[in-house]
Amino acid sequence: MNVLVAIKRVVDYNIKVRAKPDGSAVDIAGVKMSVNPFDENAIEAALQLKEQGVVSHITVVTIGPNSHQDSLRHALAMGADDALLIETDEVLQSLGVAKVLKQLVDTMQPQLVLLGKQAIDDDAGQTGQMLAALLNYPQATYASHIEINGLEATVVREIDGGTETIAIHLPAVITADLRLNEPRFVKLPQLMLARKKQINTVPLASLDLDTRQRLIQLRVEEPPPRAAGIMVDSVDALVSQLIKHEGIFA
Amino acid sequence: MSSGQTLVMAEHDGTQLAASVYRSITAAQQFGQHVSVLVIGAGITQVAREAAMINGVQRVLQVDAVTLQHPSAEQISHIVLQMANAYEVLLAAHSSWSKNFLPRVAALLDVGMVSDVLHIIVPRTYQRSVYAGNLLSTVQSQDEQQVLTVHASKFKLASLSQTSAVIERLTVTGSPVPVRWISQTLNQSPRPPLASAKVVVSGGRALGSAERFEAVLAPLANQLQAAIGASRAAVDAGYAPNDLQVGQTGVVVAPALYIAVGISGAIQHTYGMKDSQVIVAINQDPEAPIFQMADYGLVGDLFSVIPALTAALSQANIN
Ligand SMILES: Cc1cc2nc3c(=O)[nH]c(=O)nc-3n(C[C@H](O)[C@H](O)[C@H](O)COP(=O)(O)OP(=O)(O)OC[C@H]3O[C@@H](n4cnc5c(N)ncnc54)[C@H](O)[C@@H]3O)c2cc1C
Repeated sequence: MNVLVAIKRVVDYNIKVRAKPDGSAVDIAGVKMSVNPFDENAIEAALQLKEQGVVSHITVVTIGPNSHQDSLRHALAMGADDALLIETDEVLQSLGVAKVLKQLVDTMQPQLVLLGKQAIDDDAGQTGQMLAALLNYPQATYASHIEINGLEATVVREIDGGTETIAIHLPAVITADLRLNEPRFVKLPQLMLARKKQINTVPLASLDLDTRQRLIQLRVEEPPPRAAGIMVDSVDALVSQLIKHEGIFA
Repeated sequence: MSSGQTLVMAEHDGTQLAASVYRSITAAQQFGQHVSVLVIGAGITQVAREAAMINGVQRVLQVDAVTLQHPSAEQISHIVLQMANAYEVLLAAHSSWSKNFLPRVAALLDVGMVSDVLHIIVPRTYQRSVYAGNLLSTVQSQDEQQVLTVHASKFKLASLSQTSAVIERLTVTGSPVPVRWISQTLNQSPRPPLASAKVVVSGGRALGSAERFEAVLAPLANQLQAAIGASRAAVDAGYAPNDLQVGQTGVVVAPALYIAVGISGAIQHTYGMKDSQVIVAINQDPEAPIFQMADYGLVGDLFSVIPALTAALSQANIN
């Protein structure tokens, strides 16, 4: 069975980003970029399915300028079989990404598409569901456990208040939550080997899709800081401060 | 498209609406349109009646069938899509329920969706947070039809009305791709639900084990009638179940009082609690970033501070 894993290159989760002084955009110049953490879980899930003998071939794809090759090389170093860059300088939003992925799935016909449940930059959390809808495939979002038997995937999903288990028929779209697995570390020799691998590149324009931005960003700013607090030196001092606040206790 | 109609999709547990529905109706009213509420489920007459009594609701649409006991995202979006053309705005409170199906609806309507809106500045212009709440982004939708989820705690609860809105029962045809529902494990707790609790006591990695997490935090939570929350590190280590995770990838809370115990204050965590009215942090490291957020910080060993705090609150008769 073939798997397609869609990944996004984002500002590393350890970085505290700032807005440009004129509020026109997020300032990401010179900032460390990484594979979106949830997408690493998706790659890891594909690799584990391959190790179980369920999956035979893993293709990773990302959309972006040439510099996004480094994310694909990271996925190759983790163990993906081949990589595809849909090249563009445009910044696509969820709907545009879903349309591109739909077209790829239509031609590549993977049995399973894996994505992260959300990207940690725009925090939208839409792409997997949009893709499933456009393909008319069943979906399982926020997966914390996946088991595949023949053409059925049983997925434990993390939901508000607990978990839910569903079974879906393949081909299907599954989005990964953080507790699905622990992504493997990439060692330097693997990264060196991945550098030599071929990355297939397809210009976005050649796909002839409507991927224009539907949400225009007018402004980006830092949230107002919380008023400075105080340090107390004892439990009693804390309690006497708290009782001054009205209505904070249940 | 300007039908002048807004559709609110309402989450419920089969007997009661989620509290966030009342807030999403306040958000819906900001579009200045006729508001309809859609309830989907099996045997949900009571839920439909509850929705009909909310101020600002003009009409309730009840889609009620035995096959909708545990509706899948596919089923819900299939139903919504059959009526979607009549609405200019499709809206729900942001939760793991709504964000599972609403992007499907948006994609099939060819609309760009806006997730987790903090403020509706004017219709079609919204403020939302990005980068785990580090930044606020103001976006303008270019689509005629609007599909969005709203950040419930940013909107007031709608009040109850004296009179009931009309309830229409609808049937839907056709069925989407099959998904087999197997089971659900909801963590039953006698405590108030985390997302809407007035007081939250959260524990981090420092608690060290599931036993100590419970032994140290439960007495304080009981004293304050608080919900218990956790950092991701505590959940990953198995000290607390996943649904108690507060943060970017967990629950977002905004209680009157939030007590962070042995939590360092990573942005992914603070995203989920920074709108709390009063924040208390207890940490043995005076440099812990959580203190920058806290209204009251106490440096100390939680294993002695928390029992002492529980005792002092009980002494002061605070509960
Ligand atoms: C994509 C992504 C999403 C994430 N989403 C979330 C999320 O939703 N929620 C979340 O919480 N995290 C999330 N994280 C993880 C987050 O980055 C932090 O790793 C996590 O919040 C740390 O948890 P912690 O504060 O319990 O642990 P630590 O950072 O290890 O902090 C433990 C703290 O306890 C203190 N301490 C130790 N012993 C004692 C003692 N005896 N008494 C008092 N204090 C003590 C220490 O000084 C320290 O500050 C996410 C990470 C990523 C990459």
